[in-house]
Amino acid sequence: MENFSNFLTMREELSLVVLIVFLLLYDLIAGKRGMRYFQPVAIGLLALHTLITLIPRAEVSAFGGMYTHLPMAGVVKSILNLATLIIFLQAKELFSSSKQRQRRGEYYFLTLVTLLGMYFMVSSGHFLLFFIGLEMASIPLSTLVAMDRRCKKSAEAGAKYILLAAFSSGILLFGISYLYGTTGTLYFADMPPLISANALQIMGFVFFSAGLFFKLSFVPFHLWAGDVYEGAPTNVTSYLSVVSKGAAAFALVVLLFKVFGNLIVQWQGILYAIIILTITVGNLFAIRQDNMKRFLAFSSISQAGYIALGMMGGTALGMNMLVYYLFVYLFSNLAAFGVVISIENKTGKLNISDYNGLYSTNPKLSIVMMLAMFSLGGIPPFAGFFSKFFIFSAAVEQGFYVLVLIAALNTVISLYYYLKVVKAMFLNHSDNPIPTLRTEGYNRVSLVLCTVGILVTGIVSLFVESISAFGFGVQ
Amino acid sequence: MEYTLLILLLPMLSFLGIGLMGRKLSHRAAGITGTLVLTVVTLLSYLTALDYFTTQKVNGAWQAIQPYNITWLNVGERLHIDLGILLDPISVMMLVVISTVSFMVHIYSLGYMKGEKGFQRYYSFLSLFTFSMMGLVLSTNIFQMYIFWELVGVSSYLLIGFYYTKPEAVAASKKAFIVTRFADLFFLIGILLLSFFTQTFDFEAIMGGDGSILSSALGTTFLGASALTWAMALIFIGAAGKSAMFPLHIWLPDAMEGPTPVSALIHAATMVVAGVFLVARLFPIYIGFTPEVLQGIAYVGAFTALFSAIIAVVQTDIKRVLAFSTISQIGFMMVALGVSTSMKLTPEDHGGLGYMASMFHLFTHAMFKSLLFLGAGSIIHAIHSNDMKDMGGLRKHMPITHVTFLIACLAIAGIPPLSGFVSKDEIVTAAYQFSTGMGIWMTVTAGFTAFYMFRLYFRIFWGKEYRGEVKPKESPRSMTYPLIFLALITLLGGFIPFGQFVTADGVPYTIQLNSTVAIISVVVALVGIGLATLLYRKEEKRASWLPSRSSGLYKAAYNRFYIDEAYLFVTKKIIFNNISRPLAWFDRHVIDGAMNGLAWITNRASDAIKGFQSGSLQWYAWVFLLGTLLITLFAILL
Repeated sequence: MENFSNFLTMREELSLVVLIVFLLLYDLIAGKRGMRYFQPVAIGLLALHTLITLIPRAEVSAFGGMYTHLPMAGVVKSILNLATLIIFLQAKELFSSSKQRQRRGEYYFLTLVTLLGMYFMVSSGHFLLFFIGLEMASIPLSTLVAMDRRCKKSAEAGAKYILLAAFSSGILLFGISYLYGTTGTLYFADMPPLISANALQIMGFVFFSAGLFFKLSFVPFHLWAGDVYEGAPTNVTSYLSVVSKGAAAFALVVLLFKVFGNLIVQWQGILYAIIILTITVGNLFAIRQDNMKRFLAFSSISQAGYIALGMMGGTALGMNMLVYYLFVYLFSNLAAFGVVISIENKTGKLNISDYNGLYSTNPKLSIVMMLAMFSLGGIPPFAGFFSKFFIFSAAVEQGFYVLVLIAALNTVISLYYYLKVVKAMFLNHSDNPIPTLRTEGYNRVSLVLCTVGILVTGIVSLFVESISAFGFGVQ
Repeated sequence: MEYTLLILLLPMLSFLGIGLMGRKLSHRAAGITGTLVLTVVTLLSYLTALDYFTTQKVNGAWQAIQPYNITWLNVGERLHIDLGILLDPISVMMLVVISTVSFMVHIYSLGYMKGEKGFQRYYSFLSLFTFSMMGLVLSTNIFQMYIFWELVGVSSYLLIGFYYTKPEAVAASKKAFIVTRFADLFFLIGILLLSFFTQTFDFEAIMGGDGSILSSALGTTFLGASALTWAMALIFIGAAGKSAMFPLHIWLPDAMEGPTPVSALIHAATMVVAGVFLVARLFPIYIGFTPEVLQGIAYVGAFTALFSAIIAVVQTDIKRVLAFSTISQIGFMMVALGVSTSMKLTPEDHGGLGYMASMFHLFTHAMFKSLLFLGAGSIIHAIHSNDMKDMGGLRKHMPITHVTFLIACLAIAGIPPLSGFVSKDEIVTAAYQFSTGMGIWMTVTAGFTAFYMFRLYFRIFWGKEYRGEVKPKESPRSMTYPLIFLALITLLGGFIPFGQFVTADGVPYTIQLNSTVAIISVVVALVGIGLATLLYRKEEKRASWLPSRSSGLYKAAYNRFYIDEAYLFVTKKIIFNNISRPLAWFDRHVIDGAMNGLAWITNRASDAIKGFQSGSLQWYAWVFLLGTLLITLFAILL
């Protein structure tokens, strides 16, 4: 019986499983009438579930160390929940056509299953559980990417995603096998003392991390991002760019700090190069995009580089600021996606040039978009400025001056393209602007939430302070 | 003195109020609300000045006080960010300057902007700007200052681009924002460096005490200079961006596309001197620890002053003449700070003379330059043109504008006993103390100043008879009263015993004029004015003497020495062509091409997966694998 009580330590996961099973049954049993309430039911239950994850609890480990709950992982799970909640709020119009409506249940179900996979990624204490979590997070995701059956691009993106994800899993497993071969264990807790910087272990480590770099779309593992982000339904794109990326970033930082502390010289060197490449390449490509989704894809590639700055130092401050960055990034990016979704669903228009003169017809949407761009670009006093500033100072504290200088120079470049969108909406004139449209009710709630987030999470110190209670450095 | 908090809150509320009400408010209501709030703010600022300068002298020196300070954010264990209000002689002086000019501009705009579309927006932005600028000068710590610094930049951006249907205005606002943001980046790095070594953002904590905090930063060196030197130099780059020092001055002339009262407020009197204020705020660090940076500031200022004075000589747009004149005058203030050699200012030790002179000139310049801009606005309002070629003989039509403009011209040219004479004379004296070369350089610059100002004056008000289509008439009272008020300050400002209030170490000092320097200055000014009179008083024939005689230099100066072109060359030709284009080409031809090529081949081979770019996938996987292998190799070699 002892092992069954072990299940109870997986509180967040259990609660999510219950939620998933309930929605699955509801989808089967509910008639046409019941389906109409599917979205509010899903949102309401997810909100309830978020409240459960918000309750803090101490570090605990179960199943002989297979599963480890870190207090910071609790914070990250809540952040992922919040992001998923906002994405669900924005999801209604995804199913506007009658054919799509039938598959409403699948969308929520599959999304929540990937979320469960991410939970296991951030809370595992063993490489196999970690791998299962990773697969659980990527295979259903490829189905989601291919969800839009009418659209060839979507199918193509789904195929690309599943093939490359499989490829990256292969590489990751290959890395794990090296680690196992040289240390004889797969438990996170047992491995650190057995790791020394010999070539086989380094190779195992790099191959393993490459799988996560893929999820984080670090350069040169980013090539899939542009095509997949563009092809996927916009809701799924935002999920990929915020939730999937956030989970992978946190999983990576935990592994680097807890398991690969002995390889700090190596991973600092690797990250140094990757951060520069990721931020710069992401920026340079984002400059020349006209499609909003591709544009946000490359912008989020470069944002991933900034997120990785928090890992560089190997300090608790760095981890805190990484999580805070994810938290702020959620609001800014989802605000931008919310506006894109609203416009795409009503008009089908997706290009930056279509946004010309948007302010004259849709002032509220334009202002939300402007705030999102300002926050992503790091203009004070919006939240994005603070998260950038803090993550820079975490890296500066450890002496990475040149790296931070390059990253800071890149913020100027990024300002150019973020302002390009603002300019299109406010300053460019269009003879045929997007007509005044009425954003769907739930989506409006999500935009209000994001706007409040952008305005408040930076200035009010409560958020950064409460996150800062949980971080830890290289052990 | 807790009521100083209202100085910040009221404009903020007015911004929110007018901004949120928007078009629901009538033009009249918006204008009057904004102006009334500013009246109260101005009175409060004067009250603060009175209160401060009557009570805060301890042991014969002015003390800095913090009537209000809260901890806002805790970063790390020791570092925290505060929000508060710092009162000391320079912040109190800035309060007076900002509120006075802003108040005048609020009144003036009631007439100037009458009937403009977006009148409410205009007044809400003015309030936002006033709020940000006040916040900047009252900041207790460098981080708070940085936040307001950016807010000032944003409100300036909004106001320059006020006529957003005009492409030039939009381009100018963008240029101003990007150039100053670029400079702010260095400022931010400087702040980070400084706070990293001192573990605090607070001005008093950094500069107070025995300076041991700062000495530690001197020990760490990077590329041959100490970390502190780097930090202070980077911070100065930020200051140079806002204050339009060469080579970051290019945004200011273009910023003249904004409404003219805005130019008077932001681009003459307040925002552009924020850089000078910043250097003055950190003056103890500059003088005590990094005198080499301070000297650099002097040289940058001196070069900018003469350089832009030369450009001003040949501009034909009256607002651009004033813009270059502003750049040149800020150069004077920077020089004055840069040539200081100590904090002390006593009859025996004149090391701190430059600091006092700089602040004094900041004060007088704010008054007469905003007067000049408002005068120019009055002219533009009357004849609907910015170009000198459309002007001439306006003195008969606009007597009040004419007289007030003349007073300001005399002041900036340095004719005693007007305010500009006294403050500029102190700067030139300080420059001579530093080195004779610097003194002569600044005297020559002052001569140029007199010449271009009177060229402007004569070409507007004298010369040929006015032959335009619009019949010019004197502007309404809402516009002429501010002119008269500012003219009075310009006339009498020189008699303010400024040294009693503002000195580097807070100890009062009685200003003494150096008679030799004063005589030289006046003679040079008179020569400049005389030359301008000769060339431009009567007809235009003689005026063409200058372009014909020195055509190469004239053309270069007319085109502002091609600095903008140089920037365009670097960005468009070098960066775009050599980095972005090849990258785009690489992406389009090599990457896309490879993918398309592969896809084409695969399509041929297999019709079953037609339409799928399966070729590109192989490429993606290939890059993935190659990247992994390269990183492995790299990590093993580490």
